[in-house]
Amino acid sequence: MTTAPPAGPGGVVKTPRGPDLPPPARRSAPRARRGLLRALPVSPAVVLLALFMAGPIGYCAYIAFTDLQLTGQAESSFIGFDNFREAFGDERFLNAVWLTLVFTVLSSLIGQNTLGLALASLMRRASKPVRTVTGAVVITAWVLPEVVAGFLLYAFFRREGTLNAVLDFLHLPSQNWMFTLPILAVSFANVWRGTAFSMLVYSAALNEIPKEITEAAEVDGAGGWRRMWHITLPMIRRSIGTNLMLNTLQTLSVFGLIWVMTRGGPGNRSQTLPLFMYEQAFQKSMIGYGTAVALLLLVVGSLFSLVYMRLLRTEV
Amino acid sequence: MRPTHRPLLLAAATLLTAGALSACGGGSGDDPDTVKISYKQSTDNEIRVMDTYLADIKKQFEKANPGKKVKLVPIKAPDAEYYTKLQQMLRSPKTAPDLVYEDTFLINSDITSGYLKPLDPYLAKWKDWDQFIDTAKTAAKAADGKTYGVPDGTDTRGLWFSRSIFEKAGLPADWQPKNWDEILDAARTIKKKVPGVTPLNVYTGKPVGEAASMQGFEMLAYGTGEDPLYDPEAKKWVTGSKGFKDSLAFVETVFKEKLGPDVSDALDPNFPTRVRGELLPEDKLGINLDGSWLPQDWGEGAGHEWPEWSKKLGLAHMPTQAGQAPGKVSMSGGWTWAIPSKADNPDLAFTFIETMQTKANAKKWYVANSGIAVREDVAADPSYVKAQPGIEFFTDLVASTHYRPAYPAYPKVSTAIQEAMESVTTGDASVADAARGYDEEVESATDGEVIEK
Repeated sequence: MTTAPPAGPGGVVKTPRGPDLPPPARRSAPRARRGLLRALPVSPAVVLLALFMAGPIGYCAYIAFTDLQLTGQAESSFIGFDNFREAFGDERFLNAVWLTLVFTVLSSLIGQNTLGLALASLMRRASKPVRTVTGAVVITAWVLPEVVAGFLLYAFFRREGTLNAVLDFLHLPSQNWMFTLPILAVSFANVWRGTAFSMLVYSAALNEIPKEITEAAEVDGAGGWRRMWHITLPMIRRSIGTNLMLNTLQTLSVFGLIWVMTRGGPGNRSQTLPLFMYEQAFQKSMIGYGTAVALLLLVVGSLFSLVYMRLLRTEV
Repeated sequence: MRPTHRPLLLAAATLLTAGALSACGGGSGDDPDTVKISYKQSTDNEIRVMDTYLADIKKQFEKANPGKKVKLVPIKAPDAEYYTKLQQMLRSPKTAPDLVYEDTFLINSDITSGYLKPLDPYLAKWKDWDQFIDTAKTAAKAADGKTYGVPDGTDTRGLWFSRSIFEKAGLPADWQPKNWDEILDAARTIKKKVPGVTPLNVYTGKPVGEAASMQGFEMLAYGTGEDPLYDPEAKKWVTGSKGFKDSLAFVETVFKEKLGPDVSDALDPNFPTRVRGELLPEDKLGINLDGSWLPQDWGEGAGHEWPEWSKKLGLAHMPTQAGQAPGKVSMSGGWTWAIPSKADNPDLAFTFIETMQTKANAKKWYVANSGIAVREDVAADPSYVKAQPGIEFFTDLVASTHYRPAYPAYPKVSTAIQEAMESVTTGDASVADAARGYDEEVESATDGEVIEK
């Protein structure tokens, strides 16, 4: 651009360019001003976000690289990647990662997601009263605060609980899953609590499918399952992706439910990452290590999100 | 249009931001005439022993110091969560109360963190401090030689047993086991002859926290030989000891033979509350290895009134492993009142301690709390000794009691003990594996300050 244009045409070109060049400059000043002005209304939100979201996250990331303790330590120091190295050599951390994956796959991917879709498609065919009652019941579980839900399920699963009373009444052998298979019990609890959300998402998605397409498929002789597989699922693919992402991220961070039901026990058999993190940071007072685990949990969450984002992007 | 808008928007933005900022930076709104006091409130809603006592002291304090106010800040949580909450509060001057209730096992750890204020200048001017027995005075003395807390009593531990269950099982009413095997034998007899009751309770596992370490494990370990956890001469933590494994083996036997509570009950954090409020009063527990303070829940107006407990329950001291000298074991701990280093009104807080520790008020507390007196004047007071059956038994144990090695690393060592106990309780690990896990954990918690025995 700096090279001088040939004299002949240059002179011609230059003249219109001369008056032409300033306008962008003139235009950019008001544009910048307008941009600033437009940013103004959101600036309080940005400041607040920076203060209350980015600030703590940054501080948290910093702590993860220190050996900060809640008690028994005069001064904390920067220790680099030691916390992370320790985590990967820690059997209980690996156990927690494994349990977190089991919990997420069981309760979020298989449980909430599939059951939500099944409920949503069944409800489309059900009569109005059935739909209203089912919807109300399922959503009640969703609306209940986590701790209340946790306590209800604790009362349901415990040895003297409701489930055993029912099993007893039916002359079936009783269970003690909170003790023998706690990860299954808390997964059930999470399914019970979280299915409503998937159901709502899928109800909305199913309503979007044009009737003509389904009818056309029907006319062509496609049965229920084939319609589901070839018409419905591809058409709600985006909703599936969104739903999976939200479900998974929420399930990964479930704490209250498990804490109320089992406290991660017995013997760490239901200790998912959030509970492990809590134990390290607050019960063993090792805030630094606990925070490092929290960051690793963030990594697990983002890995899941990446997979789902991929799923959302590919076109059929 | 635009020029009028901009200042408006700017003003709005500034206002919003300023509002948000001042909301978090406004200080704790402390006024210099108010003492804020944090203490642990029982998770059992019917138990309000401490609340009642503090309300009474508050009234006295406010009457004697016109214009001054007391604000009670109860923290309602199981033990382990209480400590965490407290430590978080102590970290910031905005949340630090003026006076806190600190367990002696944690106090050294919190002193190291710089959370507490040395009380020596106050104690030097306080006449009543001379009344405290020597062990009590050292309870909250740190490695730097300064004192950081005023103990409000101590405790000892022993075996409580249900007379009616013992009668049904054909066991003697004046039962006194001489070694561990006799305890297990009694439990086996109960299991055989009195179905439907829990023969023996030994606290175990992380959920019940320090109760598992102290009432459970250490009552066993200190009966296996001297200094099972910490070698005071080498100044190192002990690993690989036989006494440790033997104590774990005892716990394993209790749960393997189903002599103890159901594992899922034992690992319920509220189990200690259930033992006191339900299992013992309802005759559902044969033998209970527990602390001297149990009757505080059973006194008049305490919640689970059970004045006839002294007729229903027998007391026996905990024997050593094989009956070796001195024959009995007890552990002692206790709580202290301490002033946070970030307290706003430390002087007023100490005045409150003085109000709590007049002879009359101290006695009132020992009795209400079923505590063991640490003041000579109260201990010598016949009305205190007679105030409650059991006081004599537990006070006698003070002679053969042990104190926890409450060094800064102790809380972590204690958690390691609870983990080892939990894994043999559930059967997840053998005694040898659990002990090995403990050794590793202690080594990393104490930065290698360990000695193998």
